[in-house]
Amino acid sequence: MTEDAISAERPLPAPRRPFREAVKSIGLLRESWVASLGAGIVVFWVIVAVLAPVLAPYPPNQQIGPLKNAPPMTLAEEGRPYFTDQGMERTSGDELYILGGDNLGRDVLSRVIWGARSVLIYAPIATACAYVIGIAMGLLAGYRRGWIDDVLSRVSDIILSFPVLVLYVVIITVFGPSAINIVLAVTFASAPGIMRIVRGLVLDLRNRDYVAAAQTRGENPWYIMLVEILPNARGPLIVDACLRLGYTTITIGVLGFLGLGLPPPDPNWGNLVAENREVAQIAPYSTLFPCIAISTLVLGLNLLADGLREISMKD
Amino acid sequence: MAVQEALAADPRTVAPDNAVAAEAASPVLEIDNLNISYFTRAGEIPAVIDFSLTVKPGEAVGLVGESGCGKTTVAMAIMQYLGGNGRIVGGSIRFKGRDMNAMSEEELRQLRGSQIAMVYQEPMAALNPSMTIGSQLMEVPLYHEPNCSQEEAFRRAVEMLGNVRLADAARVMSAYPHQISGGQQQRVVIAMALLSNPALLLLDEPTTALDVTVEAGIVELIAEISRSFGTSMLYISHNLGLIRETCDRVCVMYSGEVAEEGTIRELFENPRHPYTRGLFGCIATPGKDKYAKPLTPIRGQLPLPHERPPGCNFGPRCDHFRDGRCDAGMIRMQSVDPATAHRARCIRWQEIDWDNYRVEQAAYTPIEPGETVLESREMQKYYPIVDRSLAAMLSGRAVRYVKANESLTFQARKRQTVAIVGESGCGKSTFAKVLMGLETATGGELVFNGKDVAEQSVMKRTPAQIASLQMVFQNPNDTLNPSMTVGSQIGRVLRKFRIARDPQEIEQRVLDLLDVVKLPRAFINRRPRQLSGGQKQRVGIARAFAGNPAMVIADEPVSALDVSVQAAVTGLLMDIQREYDTTLLFISHDLGVVRYLADRVVVMYLGQIMEQGDTEAVFAPPYHPYTEALLSAVPIADTRVRKRRIILEGALPSVLDPPKGCPFHTRCPRKIGAICEDTPPPEQEAESGHSIRCHIPMDELRRVEPVIQYNAE
Amino acid sequence: MLIFLLKRLGFMLLTMLVVSILLFLVLEINVENLATRVLGQFSTEEQRQIWLEENGYLRPIYIRYLEWIGDMLQGDFGHSTRFNVPVSEILFDRLGNTGLLALCVFGVMVPLALTLGILAGMREGSSMDRSITFFSVLTTSVPEFASAVFFSAIFVFALGWLPGTSGMAQGFNWTEMVLPVVVLVLYGFGYIARMMRASMAEVMQSPYIRTAILKGLPYRRVITKHALRNALIAPFTVIILQINWLLSGVIAVEYFFSYKGFGALLLEASLNTDIDVIQGCAIVAVFVAVGTQTLADIGYTYLNPRIRFS
Repeated sequence: MTEDAISAERPLPAPRRPFREAVKSIGLLRESWVASLGAGIVVFWVIVAVLAPVLAPYPPNQQIGPLKNAPPMTLAEEGRPYFTDQGMERTSGDELYILGGDNLGRDVLSRVIWGARSVLIYAPIATACAYVIGIAMGLLAGYRRGWIDDVLSRVSDIILSFPVLVLYVVIITVFGPSAINIVLAVTFASAPGIMRIVRGLVLDLRNRDYVAAAQTRGENPWYIMLVEILPNARGPLIVDACLRLGYTTITIGVLGFLGLGLPPPDPNWGNLVAENREVAQIAPYSTLFPCIAISTLVLGLNLLADGLREISMKD
Repeated sequence: MAVQEALAADPRTVAPDNAVAAEAASPVLEIDNLNISYFTRAGEIPAVIDFSLTVKPGEAVGLVGESGCGKTTVAMAIMQYLGGNGRIVGGSIRFKGRDMNAMSEEELRQLRGSQIAMVYQEPMAALNPSMTIGSQLMEVPLYHEPNCSQEEAFRRAVEMLGNVRLADAARVMSAYPHQISGGQQQRVVIAMALLSNPALLLLDEPTTALDVTVEAGIVELIAEISRSFGTSMLYISHNLGLIRETCDRVCVMYSGEVAEEGTIRELFENPRHPYTRGLFGCIATPGKDKYAKPLTPIRGQLPLPHERPPGCNFGPRCDHFRDGRCDAGMIRMQSVDPATAHRARCIRWQEIDWDNYRVEQAAYTPIEPGETVLESREMQKYYPIVDRSLAAMLSGRAVRYVKANESLTFQARKRQTVAIVGESGCGKSTFAKVLMGLETATGGELVFNGKDVAEQSVMKRTPAQIASLQMVFQNPNDTLNPSMTVGSQIGRVLRKFRIARDPQEIEQRVLDLLDVVKLPRAFINRRPRQLSGGQKQRVGIARAFAGNPAMVIADEPVSALDVSVQAAVTGLLMDIQREYDTTLLFISHDLGVVRYLADRVVVMYLGQIMEQGDTEAVFAPPYHPYTEALLSAVPIADTRVRKRRIILEGALPSVLDPPKGCPFHTRCPRKIGAICEDTPPPEQEAESGHSIRCHIPMDELRRVEPVIQYNAE
Repeated sequence: MLIFLLKRLGFMLLTMLVVSILLFLVLEINVENLATRVLGQFSTEEQRQIWLEENGYLRPIYIRYLEWIGDMLQGDFGHSTRFNVPVSEILFDRLGNTGLLALCVFGVMVPLALTLGILAGMREGSSMDRSITFFSVLTTSVPEFASAVFFSAIFVFALGWLPGTSGMAQGFNWTEMVLPVVVLVLYGFGYIARMMRASMAEVMQSPYIRTAILKGLPYRRVITKHALRNALIAPFTVIILQINWLLSGVIAVEYFFSYKGFGALLLEASLNTDIDVIQGCAIVAVFVAVGTQTLADIGYTYLNPRIRFS
């Protein structure tokens, strides 16, 4: 007579296992080789960045003059002088620059490794800041509607109408190149785009019956926005975050390349290209490797985004 | 405003000429042992198993079943259009003797749209939004007849629009799909299908997306087509009532298989398969009564396609299941009566003594309504629409009002079930919003438990007030938050209403509530996507009753559920209501369910109450002409019932621009004159507690013949 | 429709006004900072005051704004300290060069992206779709400066087929256009192609395409008449907005190949704190951007009958 037969003893439910659920959701990645490949590349660079002090054979700014513009796998000649913080030293003959040396005789490999650290700190911070602000704006605009929506939408229209790179150039010209200013500029330029996405999702989700149920039991608006609505918008937002992280990585690289990024001698990948551009014809490797590094990281993020989207479409 | 009234005892027996012709001719469509599977990452999932069907010329065959039973897959297989992952893995489909599985893409193209045509569920989506209707119609002759000129195609398209009763064909030809109403769109789709005079017409739930009075018009049209064009039809629907009104034969599907097939008469009056029997027990036909003859639900739920049981698919839900027989291997169709081609997929069909079989179903004693819980006095809700265009501002019409609710006056008493009935745009949902405090009224009073809450939004109500007025929502997939467990969602309500505080107490209360709605306790940790539609609806009911409410609003709580699950959820709702002495405000468009469930009925049209009274009074003359039309429009799955046909012309007017005078006058078949157009009708008392808002004198309304009568047996 | 057009144009002018005010505020509110950046860190307080006085920076900001916008409306964009010529002279010259580059890029990129996007979206999940999608993800992942490095290494240094700079020192030379165009097309086409693919795939899944196929229309007709009409609406906006991207996105490419374009000018002005040039460039870029957005909106409305007739 009833839809579900109930067992007589009425067992108590098993406890929840949040850890197991997390592992399960990572296991989802296996459903798309694109996503696994992307995740693999990203994890590779994260490990490189975390272990930079261990992995890098030399300090990133240490110059060994004799290895200036050296091709990959160059071994220093024994007994040549070079300078460190401690003063003059002589090469022992076993200094090996696996990826060659740059225009000042620094190890390209070490600089690429340390460069991963630089980009993997600032790009996520900038993206996260943009997300916090974008989500708050999007939730307000989409849930509250009315004049708040009008104002926020107009403001973001205006910011979005700025060509992004022109915006960066203007901001950095005025405030000067520094890590904080880059983070601020990225936040300022990305938040409106995120707001638009969040607003669109909220406009759809706010009409769901479970939101109405929360309203009818008198929940306050922020509870509804943050607990009832936001978690259900996470799918598209995670995909977008991966894409945006890749885009921010590119932006930081481009700014470095243009000389508007972090000030030297920071081993940022964009800076590396800019520094060695002049010698590209005689020593192409010192520009090639940073370019390969940034391209693979962005590729990893984009593949991850694409794969995640594919997985979410299947369900 | 023509009235089309025809006394049709059984629409099928009225037109016997087709049926006679059908006997002789060779079949249009023969499907033999068809097996279709979908190939997903979980492996091969059989969607249709051992399906055989024959359609003769001029015959209309109904294909009926619940969601996931494979009925639409069959239609798509006939069209040889199963999408990327669907494949026919066995059996044959022969159209006029030709094997369709062996046809080339080009041969199929020539067949599609000319020999076999299709009508779809969502007419708006089925039409190309960026092409005019004319050019979409003209494509059919232009691409199927080599020598057809543009002028010829145009002429034929206009003519066909006339045949499907679309007035103003010239305007429709140059319109885009979004510029005409849903009913008109479906007529266009039907015209498109008929343009090449097909031998076989496939109709896939052609009226599901439409309002019930619009549906009646389309059903009438379809019945007329099979009469005048002699087209064979395969009518796919989940609604047995609709099948009964349109088809000669019917084929009942369950979980990928045909459970039973036969003529309408045989199958409706002498069903042999326990599932078919069960289905009829779940449908609220006029003979059912919630006290004396309640619905008999089928227990359990539909099996998922990859979790079908061995042997009989219906076994786990069947009261006549026998271990070792019903689950021992595949069950074939058995012939019940070769003369009428009545067949059933049940090995025990001869053993079960249906005449002496009665389901244990306790009859209930009728409730005594208590004191008034809710009183709506002239409640009014207008939405302002601000027109920012310059022309509107200059003419002073910048702000217009949508009159969503216009002076609603009615009462609901303790323990009573009050139904608000009406089609889309009638304002029933707006009323629920105001009552729940999600909107505030623009006028009148809404007294709930002795307090006027009309202008008190939910944020200004006390937790006790909120807890005593809760809601059950329509869409099971929407009613629960997908990212929270069942337990945390119910627990949140308990905490919010200050019913329980410490986690252990809350958990205990949640478990108790799961018991009340007859769900396993383990569900406390489940997430909504692990639950079936009926189970989600049960959780929704548990949530609504968590605070022991004085009144629960149920907004179409079962309309999105499968028929076999509907009855169980309806029954549960009634049981809990009885146990908690709750007043139930039941919002619905389905008169069948309303008749069964409600003690009082309020009929609304375009924001106004047209008629209200006790259920028996409203469902018998005197009627308001709108109630009369609604009653006639509802398909009834009972061959003993005789229905007077009333087809309303025209579309539902827009709420933005409602007609003056009586809102129903634009479609009213009983309109008496100019008075209907300019004077709002008076409220007339038919008897105590039964009032009708109409200009027609009460005496005349009383003389109206009942819409529904039983055939004398 | 006319009312809609007027409304849209009005909003465009309003946006331009607001943006120009914001831009002016950002660049000129902190005059002390400005003076430091122009005169260098080692200038004295006195020198900075004199510079501010001479250039009229000590007057109230709204007067300076009105003067600035008034001059600009008359075509006077100020004077470049770096090139020592009126800004308008150099600005429009450079804008023309960038326009030429953009035209070449568009001519290659749009047809390529649309074709690939349609091919991929037509049969979602096919091997053609997968390869095109992967290829477009790959190319959008490589920043312009990186692909410029790769292509230079191959075609300039290793093979010697193409010139490594595009300064056009000996007048216009098409071989110098090849690398900048290729780099920009590779980076930019993926976005349009993926938009087109998504839009096409969505349309192909829609019930009205099923109606068209089951109506017995030839596949060609289904694609060209029923699918493309609807599938092109969404990417249209994206394509128009790419004008905006090209204008600013070219900065890195122009800089890399020393192409004398608008982006390179802005960058040079920025690195040399040539305030008038920066302001001129920024305002032109914003006007182009707002203009294209308006164009995209109007076009979208025109293409979509559901909005056009409502």
